[in-house]
Formats: sequence, C-alpha cells, structure tokens
Amino acid sequence: MIGFALTDDQLALAEMVRKFVDNDIIPVAAKYDESGEFPHELIKKAWELGLMNLAIPQNLGGLGLGVLEDVIINEELGAGCLGMTTSISVNNLGLYPILLNGTDKQIEQFVAPFLKSPILASFCLTEPGSGSDAGSLSTHAKEDGDHWVINGSKMWITNAGFANQFTVFATVNRELKARGIVCLVVPADAKGVSLGKPENKMGQRASDTRAITFDNVRVPKSHLIGKVGEGFRIALTTLDHTRPPIAAGAVGAARAAMNYAIKYAKERKQFNQPIANFQGIQFMLADMATSIEAGRLMCHKAAWLLDQERHAEANLMSAHAKRFSADMAMQVATDAVQIFGGYGYTKEYPVEKIMRDVKLVQIYEGTSQVQRIVISRALLKD
Amino acid sequence: MNIFVCIKQVPDTETKIRIKGDKSGIETNDVKWIVSPYDEFAIEEALRAKAFLKTGTVTVVTVGPDRAVEALRTGLAMGADTAVHVRWETSCNVSIAKAVAEVVKKENGSVIFSGKQAIDDDQGVVFAYTAELLNWPSTSTVSKVEFGTDGKSVTVEKEVDGSARHKIAMNTPCVIAMTKGINAPRYASLPGIMAAKKKTVKVYSPSDLGLSDSPLLKDFDYELPPERKAGIKLSGEIPAQVAELVKRLREEAKVI
Repeated sequence: MIGFALTDDQLALAEMVRKFVDNDIIPVAAKYDESGEFPHELIKKAWELGLMNLAIPQNLGGLGLGVLEDVIINEELGAGCLGMTTSISVNNLGLYPILLNGTDKQIEQFVAPFLKSPILASFCLTEPGSGSDAGSLSTHAKEDGDHWVINGSKMWITNAGFANQFTVFATVNRELKARGIVCLVVPADAKGVSLGKPENKMGQRASDTRAITFDNVRVPKSHLIGKVGEGFRIALTTLDHTRPPIAAGAVGAARAAMNYAIKYAKERKQFNQPIANFQGIQFMLADMATSIEAGRLMCHKAAWLLDQERHAEANLMSAHAKRFSADMAMQVATDAVQIFGGYGYTKEYPVEKIMRDVKLVQIYEGTSQVQRIVISRALLKD
Repeated sequence: MNIFVCIKQVPDTETKIRIKGDKSGIETNDVKWIVSPYDEFAIEEALRAKAFLKTGTVTVVTVGPDRAVEALRTGLAMGADTAVHVRWETSCNVSIAKAVAEVVKKENGSVIFSGKQAIDDDQGVVFAYTAELLNWPSTSTVSKVEFGTDGKSVTVEKEVDGSARHKIAMNTPCVIAMTKGINAPRYASLPGIMAAKKKTVKVYSPSDLGLSDSPLLKDFDYELPPERKAGIKLSGEIPAQVAELVKRLREEAKVI
C-alpha cells in the first residue's frame, strides 16, 4: 500500500514554518547575505517555535519526532534562506551521534540542555586534509587516566563560532583507518579549543563556518559516545539521518527559485508579450516543477525509511535524495537566473542568492560525487 | 475568568475570489482557509490576558461548517485551552450572535474577545449583536486592553480616526473587539500543534442551543468589482499632450 498524505499535524507544521519564513526570514534574508552576520534572533525564534532538536525523546521533554518532520521544516526554511536553514538544522548533526549511540545518561547530559535554551552544537568531522575521505582523518585522541586528550584541526565546521558543544571525531591510531575512530563530546569552552575566523563564503552567508583547533584538549572518559572504533559508523549513520533534511532544504530553495521565475516570466515583456508565453520559458518552468516534485518525493521516502528504522534501505535512499536534490536545485537555480536574464545576475532579485546558496548543497554533508559512490557501491555489491 | 474568543474561518487574503453561478455567494472549492486576522489579534490578546491574570481559561468558539474546526485547531495550537464548534452553515449574523451568546451562557463565559470584523464580509456586527443579546457592554476598534488585577475592571484604549485615542473603562462581563496593531499574534509552535490535538472541541448543533434554522438575514446578488480599465497613453508633441492631460484630468477624472 502506498500513501503520500501528510498528517494534519505535519500540514499545520508546514503552514506555520511557511508563515515564519514569509514574515520573519524573507524580509531580512538579503541583509544577512550581504553582511554575513549570524542570525541569532531568528535562531532563537526558530527554537521557540520548536523547529530545532526535534528528535529529543519525550521522556526528556522533547517532541520525539522523526526525520520526516525535519524534512518538512527544512523545505519551508530552504524556500526562505538556505544559510539560515543550515544554521537552524545543524544541531541535528551535532546531536544525532549522541541520540543514536549514547547511553541514557549521556543523552540526558549532552542533549537535554538543548531543550532549555537556544544553544547550538557542531559536528566536527572534516579536516583540512580529509574531506570526502573522512576515514583518513588525523585529529588524534589519546587515553590519559580518566580523560581523553585531543589534538588536531577541524575544517568547515558549521556554527562553530556560536556553538556550546562539539561532537568531535578523532582517531586513536591512524593505521587503523576507519576502525580507529572515536566520537567525543567536547564543551566549546574546554581549555585548548581555539576557533578560526569565519570563512568568507560564496553563499549561505548567514551560516557560520570556521576551523577549530584542539590543543591538548581534555575531556572526561564519560564523553566517549559508543565504543572505541565505532566513531566512523556513528558519523555515517548520523549523516544518513541528516541528508534527507539537507536535501529538502535544496528542494525548498529550488521551489522558491521556480516561483520567483514564474512571477517574473508573467511580468517581463519582450516582443510585445510576457515571456511566459514562449515555449522556451514554459518548458524550463515545467522541467523545474518536475524535478522539484521528484526531489521532494525522494526526501520524503528517505525520511520515511529512517522513521521506520529501515536503515539499510534508508542509507541508499538518503544518498539518492541528497545527490538528486542538490544537483537538481543547482540546475533549477541556474535556469531561474537565466529566465531573469541580466536582472537575475544582480542582487536586485533573489535568484542569484539562491544559485550561490544551493551550490554548497552539492558539496557539504557528502559531495554529489560521494553520494554516487554510496549508490554505485550498493549497485555493484555482490 | 473564562475568556471566550469568537473567531471566524475566512478565505486567505490571497484567494482569487470567484462568484457562484446563482450569485448566492463565493465558490469555495479551491479556497485556502485561515483564521480571520483580526480574530488572531483577539486570540493573542486573550492568551496575554490569561497570562497576566495568572488564572482562567481561553476558549475559542466558532459558528460554521465542518471545515471551521481547522480554525479552532489553529487557536488551540496557539495556546487556547478548549474550543467550541457550533456546526451551522449560516451567513445570518443574528443567528451567529445568538449561537455565540447561548454558548457563552452555557459555558459560563466571563468576557468575549473578537476581531472588529471578519475580513471576508467586513460586516463587523456579530460582537455587538452578541453583547446586546447578553446585555453586556461592548466596544470595538480596541488597540489596548488592560485588566485590573482583580480581573473585574478593564480599561481599553480605542483608536479614533487613525491616530487619536481615548480610553473606556468597563467591568466584566463585557465584549471587546480588537483592531490591527494591538499585538503581534504568536505562531502556533510545533509543541503547540502537537498539544492541540489532545484538547477537546465541544460540538453543538443549533438545536442543542435551542435555535432554529430560520435566518433573519439573507445574502444574495454577489458581484465582483468591475475590472480596471486599461490606462490611456497620450501621444504627440509635449505641449499638446500636456493640454490633453489637463483636459482629461478636469473633464473625465474630475480631479482638478
């Protein structure tokens, strides 16, 4: 049996986020894009509306919701500003490793505080020398009595400048490669943590992205999530959970680009008529609509599989959803700029920002090429 | 203090309105429904009053068809405690006011908040009819509500002609209708949306309230505003165009 209907709660959620985006995000998105300032107020508001940390279980006072709700939220947020979407949703990356693998005590200690105030968590996997080949990371963790001691550098860490807590992946022995990785929770104010300057990015400028250096940073042994050697698996299963929402952000951005293009095509006149009369434009719009539908369906299906705890299938579907939605949104945004012509290339209109913003979705949380590796490995597996 | 908020489900402000073939009303097939924005001000004001008084309940009440329950759910998701749905599809404002008055009597309401008018038919009379039926004082276009800490006395500020203001003091029970700008209505938060489905919506039929389906008012002959005519483009030499423009402004547009 197949059903595509959302529940009344999910429809009401989408409606609420759409209102929030229309009233609070869209009017200021260009301003934050220009200044690169961090949108503290909007993050606080998103937190108050319950749009962050959805997966925290009900026994701790959380909502205990699944990935589908995150997908619904991110599509709506993505239609407003993808940089803010990233800032608002990245707590999931920081918290899922603990939620999926931590003990009850660890979840209470490291996750429950996120329900009390709009604090942020960052996910620290990527390094200057290790991106797609995450298993080759070199940040080192060494046991020392009751503590772990961490040394090394992380790169492109979202929300790092404003986070209270880092979820850090480090190796106990690089020769063990992926099997030598540990996952450790590090308070942002731990001695030896230093932050780089915010990166001056092409797009998603309302999100904060920095390098972090760990210099003999000590955390108690109770901060180890899972067992020694499980870190890489923890990172990958976390990414399975966050890829559908990230992909949904791209779907939302593509939807916004299409809607701006439709409006403009009806208004802009050339050859004495609206350019929407021309089949060249009509077919571009039709292709946009089809790919947006396809992207949304993949995101919903991947989220549904995760919420059903069908993890093996979800792993593959998350890769499909992320690869397709990111590439699709890049194409849609590029075509939207094309429909706007010269005006689209200026900051007078919002489509050039969407084009800059969605480019990052093809890169972060696993590039489109890495998603293809995941997919092709599954296809060729004996 | 049991605050009753009288709300109406109306077409979204961006709805493209189409008239029914027999002109008896508007086509409702593709309409997206919302809570009338003035009524959202009333819900917000009620939630703030309850928070200020630290006691009481907020009940959202509507008179309308089955779909109107969605408006009640929105009110509950914003934070109202309970809801009452009078299932009655009528455009007769007297009937609606009677239903609200009966509900408020049955449920021991101590004050009624509403928007100053619904944004669909813009009649702005239900709050006044209801006050009359209950023999309660009422006032409208209210831009500020201040309860005494006892919850008995209430002072409201009214806008007069846009910017001038004056105050009116009353005692509860009373009916207060809000205008724009009184507050910024909160969004229904996600926890609020989830909590709303656990709250009760009490349903009444007109006969439950001792009312019969015999409208005193009847709506008919709906018409859309005439389509705007295209503008006129003048041509020729500039001095001639100026003369022509002045002539048209004086004789046709009659603005000079």
